[in-house]
Amino acid sequence: MKGRTVDVLDLARWQFGITTVYHFVLVPLTIGLSTLVAILQTAWNVTGKEKYFRLTKFYGKLLLINFALGVATGIVQEFQFGMNWSEYSRFVGDVFGAPLAMEALAAFFLESTFLGLWIFGWDRLPRKVHLATVWAFAIGSLLSAYFIIAANSWMQHPVGAVYNEETGRAEMTDIWAVLTNNTTLVAFPHVIATAFLVAGTFVAGIAVYWMVRHSRKNKDHADLPMYRTAARFGAVVMLLAGLGVIITGDEQAKLMFQQQPIKMAAAEGLVETPDGPAPFSILSIGNLAGDDPASVQHLIEIPGMLSFMATGSFDGEVLGLEDLQEIYAERYGATTPDGEEIEYRPNLLITYWSFRLMIGLAAFSAALCVAIFWFTRKGRAIDQPWMKKLALISLPMPFLAASFGWIFTEMGRQPFVVAPNPDGVDEIMLMTMFGVSEATSVAEVAISLTVFTLLYAVLGVFWFLLMKRYASEGAPSPEPEEVSSDPDRPMSFAY
Amino acid sequence: MDLPLLWFILIAVLWTGYLVLEGFDFGVGMLLEKVGKGDKGRRVALNTIGPVWDGNEVWLLTAGGATFAAFPEWYATLFSGFYLPLLLILVALIVRACAIEWRGKINSETWRSRWDWAIIVTAWIPSILWGVAFANIVRGVPIDENGTFTGTLWTLLNPYALLGGATTLVLFLSHGAIFLSLKTAGEVHDRARAAAKTMAPIALVVAAVFAIWTQIAYSVAWTWAAVAVAAVALVAAWLWGNAGSYGKAFAANALAIVGAVVLIFGSMYPDVMPSTTDPAYSLTIENASSTDYTLTVMTWVAVFLVPVVLIYQGWSYWVFRRRLSLEHMPEQHGFPTLRKSKASA
Ligand code: HDD
Ligand code: HEM
Ligand code: HEM
Repeated sequence: MKGRTVDVLDLARWQFGITTVYHFVLVPLTIGLSTLVAILQTAWNVTGKEKYFRLTKFYGKLLLINFALGVATGIVQEFQFGMNWSEYSRFVGDVFGAPLAMEALAAFFLESTFLGLWIFGWDRLPRKVHLATVWAFAIGSLLSAYFIIAANSWMQHPVGAVYNEETGRAEMTDIWAVLTNNTTLVAFPHVIATAFLVAGTFVAGIAVYWMVRHSRKNKDHADLPMYRTAARFGAVVMLLAGLGVIITGDEQAKLMFQQQPIKMAAAEGLVETPDGPAPFSILSIGNLAGDDPASVQHLIEIPGMLSFMATGSFDGEVLGLEDLQEIYAERYGATTPDGEEIEYRPNLLITYWSFRLMIGLAAFSAALCVAIFWFTRKGRAIDQPWMKKLALISLPMPFLAASFGWIFTEMGRQPFVVAPNPDGVDEIMLMTMFGVSEATSVAEVAISLTVFTLLYAVLGVFWFLLMKRYASEGAPSPEPEEVSSDPDRPMSFAY
Repeated sequence: MDLPLLWFILIAVLWTGYLVLEGFDFGVGMLLEKVGKGDKGRRVALNTIGPVWDGNEVWLLTAGGATFAAFPEWYATLFSGFYLPLLLILVALIVRACAIEWRGKINSETWRSRWDWAIIVTAWIPSILWGVAFANIVRGVPIDENGTFTGTLWTLLNPYALLGGATTLVLFLSHGAIFLSLKTAGEVHDRARAAAKTMAPIALVVAAVFAIWTQIAYSVAWTWAAVAVAAVALVAAWLWGNAGSYGKAFAANALAIVGAVVLIFGSMYPDVMPSTTDPAYSLTIENASSTDYTLTVMTWVAVFLVPVVLIYQGWSYWVFRRRLSLEHMPEQHGFPTLRKSKASA
């Protein structure tokens, strides 16, 4: 296999990046919010309190608007491996296809069927059965995340497979090892915690907005207790999820140091191997784009912190990029078949900043969380106008943090699409440039890149306006539907 | 049984599930205005598939995922080779998902009718293109020694493939009309019945021409049996439809689609993508498949999960079994405009 012209590769990478990041803006909200709505509906079933019913309906509507675009953008992902990355698909299909097929069979069917039952079943199913459908939907979305993360983790850290020279591809030897890859076992909780942080911030943010609005106008507004409940519920979720994100993130950093040391060094802009403990850089300047690593200067740093993150000890040794480049070149080859030198250092600017933004943007959720607990203590309602602002600013932040997390993970893996496992079979690795399709032309990829980008932009605008409209109408106050099998009565819901 | 063969059959089963189920979804979509006539009627038609369309579409995702897992070479060659038609299908499926889910979210005639037109157009596109794609697989496409497709878009637009596109189109139209006849009451039902009456004979004729062309040019003797079954089924669907037995007509039509899939996969076997460049370069169920280990794993997964899926999907059809009519449509639930006017805020 030889590398294709840079053009197809570049376009295919842009397309993958754009479509996947877009998909993953919607995904964490679906995953987190479906569970939170299920919890709200359970609370309604158990307590019979109207406020839980109204909140279920309110956030449920927002979930549905979001879900539609999540599904729509997911379909592209399923086929994109074959369209733009066919050489990659040939190389990994024996291993990578399995979790993908399992995801469809075990998760997507569950999600889609039970969501249909949930939306249309309010008056058709006994209450408990109807409650079970929303849980089935939530479980489906968690399962789907598990299988897709298992597939992705295999690209970060291939296990349970051998390289077959004759067929020139990776072949699975142990599905259990693939599904319990240690990379999966930390990435999955990290992503799920992220999803709950996103959804918790979403629930709380909107509730705070409404609380301030109502309490400014009328201190005894009847809806205040309901929004207060939602805000505190969201804050609890944020607190737990935030802790989860930090703990699992720390685990990920340690694994990454073992499995992809060059990614860790890139995240830190750590050019030379330090003599002693490695610091964690908070602000660096210089040419992070990678052409001139020597220009990188660290302005603010926490001594020993990187050593601690990576190795669990404040004086552990962390190798710098220059040394790692040599080690990689020696181990995985210094040049491509065309004789070009291989650059193993990922784009420093992107990895360095995306890592920091991922961690840093969560500060908004932390602030919102603390503020909610404080201002709602002892039955109080929030009426500070600045809280409304904080809520609205915080809302998008975990979405952005999650996107930066993925951008970091995926860009930090470059130049590999399947990164070599340092303790595994050396031949299982694939450089991104060899994964791209042989059959597709520049024109085709350019067309699809343009079409998807424009289409997603248009649909994104509708998504945003609909979400905004439904959020800014507040929780409706419908009557709970009566369960009946009378064939003549109108549907409780119809498109 | 030989594992690649088993998976070849299983993938045919997944495609059958997809074409039978999303086939009537597309049919309903294409006939939305014709059968619905106006906002409320379109709503009746659309809501016959409301709770199930997304689950039906997952059969496609499963067929895609299973092809990736069981025949990576096939997945790679097919989707990189049929690039532009697939792109069109994807765009249609994307817009469709949003259109169905969002059309009722704003209570405005214009808003709804625009999304409804999107639903109609995005049902026509894949209904034609799936047939074009399958016919091309049967016919063979230029594939080089690396398994790479070397043709262009024009390679795919040959008369036989276009006839394949016409075949899926009329089959889905007829399937959707029969489904609507089965699931609606009142005036919408009457119009659905009329559409079913018109479509059934057309489907029979077009499908027959396609089947005979396939048999003579590309197939083997035993698939005549599938053709015969499909022909009898289409005639039965027509007669039962005229007699008002829509349940039976629907089952017969589904059986005809099964016959078509058997014909297509039977003609391909043992290839999954025949090469017109040199038969030696064809992708076969042996040289395109995954290892026995992977296939074994996937077999266990399928054996356990497919029945479970069938049970709960079947249950959801049971829950929503009643016929819908104009009287069943509830009030519009959306807000009057997409942007809030200042006055109402
Ligand atoms: C961590 C979670 C996660 C990640 C990394 C991805 N997805 Fe996703 N996907 C979901 C979590 C999810 C979900 C929560 O299950 C979705 C999101 C919104 C939704 O409605 O379901 C979904 C929907 C969704 C659908 C539509 C399912 C349906 O019709 O019901 C498909 C085909 C895919 N995804 C495929 C992919 C592929 C091939 C990915 C890899 C690039 C991918 N997703 C990344
Ligand atoms: C949903 C979260 C994800 C996001 C936001 C994301 C983001 C990205 C980005 C930004 C790139 C481009 C990297 C580059 O151009 O250098 C990329 C590449 C890639 N990702 Fe992901 N990714 C996600 C999940 C996944 C998953 C779950 C898989 C596989 C199951 C996957 C497979 C790939 C592949 C095959 C590439 C190759 C293209 C390339 O390297 O450019 N990604 N991803
Ligand atoms: C203390 C805070 C955090 C630490 C130490 C941390 C650590 C990490 C590390 C090391 C990775 C890369 C794993 C790899 O490439 O192998 C990662 C990825 C990621 N992070 Fe974080 N993270 C933190 C906070 C966050 C926050 C606040 C979010 C979002 C709200 C987030 C979302 C993500 C996502 C979506 C990924 C990509 C998926 C993955 O590889 O699991 N992280 N994180």
